[in-house]
Amino acid sequence: MERQVILNEKHLELTLKRLSHELIESHNDFSQTVLVGLQPRGIHVVSRLKETLETILKNPVLCGNLDVTFFRDDFRRRERPLIPSITNLDFSIENKKVVLVDDVLYTGRTIRSGLDALLTFGRPNKVELLVLVDRRFQRDLPIQADYVGKAVDTLISERVSVEWKETEGADKVVLFTKE
Amino acid sequence: MTNLSVDHLTGIKDLTLQDIELIFKTADSFKEVINRPIKKVPSLRDITIANIFFEDSTRTRLSFELAEKRLSADVVNFSASGSSVKKGETLVDTVNNILSMKVDMVVMRHPNPGAAHFLSKKVNARIVNAGDGTHEHPTQALLDAYSIREKLGEVAGKKIVIVGDILHSRVALSNIYCLQKLGAEVMVCGPTTLIPKYIHQLGVKVSHNLIEALEWCDVANMLRIQLERQEIKYFPSLREYSMLFGLNKEILNSLSKEIVVMHPGPINRGVEMTSDVADSKQSIILQQVENGVAIRMAVIYLLAAKIER
Repeated sequence: MERQVILNEKHLELTLKRLSHELIESHNDFSQTVLVGLQPRGIHVVSRLKETLETILKNPVLCGNLDVTFFRDDFRRRERPLIPSITNLDFSIENKKVVLVDDVLYTGRTIRSGLDALLTFGRPNKVELLVLVDRRFQRDLPIQADYVGKAVDTLISERVSVEWKETEGADKVVLFTKE
Repeated sequence: MTNLSVDHLTGIKDLTLQDIELIFKTADSFKEVINRPIKKVPSLRDITIANIFFEDSTRTRLSFELAEKRLSADVVNFSASGSSVKKGETLVDTVNNILSMKVDMVVMRHPNPGAAHFLSKKVNARIVNAGDGTHEHPTQALLDAYSIREKLGEVAGKKIVIVGDILHSRVALSNIYCLQKLGAEVMVCGPTTLIPKYIHQLGVKVSHNLIEALEWCDVANMLRIQLERQEIKYFPSLREYSMLFGLNKEILNSLSKEIVVMHPGPINRGVEMTSDVADSKQSIILQQVENGVAIRMAVIYLLAAKIER
């Protein structure tokens, strides 16, 4: 496996800052907007965005985690059952603007399950999608992101991984290529 | 460990500690799901489950049916009364006939011990034992242990006493296996005639004195006297039984520490416990019922993952 860093720590920070400003552009003070991170990897993006947004806005931003396991379309098509992570949405999304957040947008299937899972909590006014990395031209479903950190063109054999200080020891986005 | 080691849930005896922990972890997520505004997930929408009950049941049957429906499975119900069983059809024939209508999983309660195990060898479907005679009632034991874990933080190291009709109780046997696998100490307490002679070989303590047992324990699981299974008299009268082994508020208040009171239901109020105990804040009887749905969803979800298409 060949590793290629697409975003290093400095670039990642810049990207998160830009995404925060883009969010503020369309959501003002976030009084009617909530961020929902998709488990397991989207929650790290949310916690960083929350930090940046609260520093700029100086008011709290509502954030939650959503697990999509039970809404996936590949249950029983895998070797092992899909084991769920924690869902933590302790606020109402009724009539709110919801920004779904994930680290990598690839086939769009996780986002599809995320939309289904989200709607069991109520009827939001609007749902948008923010991803840190968009693997373009790889979609299985008609799903596109409203906010994109970095768009990359990849092959199916390649893999994109977003790494964080909390879990992997350093902030970076890495592209793995099979030799 | 992300897969159960068994293909059917016929008893706790066959489960490993990892299996039980996997079921608990999955149940945590389902407990969150059943507290959402929309209490339903689409995971099992291509699965059909038959609930076959050869014995009466309210709670277990309702709980299984709700669990199945909240996983979006299709559900058919069958009870022995008013069926061809009365006309002399065998168990395997009955179940195979149901399975030929494309059923993937069978939840069965049967009066004969070992019925679920027998069926799992004979038919091509996942079997969940919802109670087989005086043998096992695995989902009840799982939800009991899960409720203890929820109330006290963990099961390991805790002391649990099971009081009452141990001889006829499938709940007692499954509970003993389950709690011991999770690292708890178990004691059984009841009149000599209702304690099986060799029960100590399972590694449980035995007591015939309720106060002594309650002073020892952290949790008391009070079982129902199963008069329907008792062909002879095992004790002189219900009144005498409740005087010696019934739990009332005075006894509860006289103990040196606050214990947790459980009951698998249905309660005979005034026999194994008085109303003020059943409705007290130390009792977690209704939490047990709520957890029952989450546990059964977890069991069905994990077994369904093993159905091949």
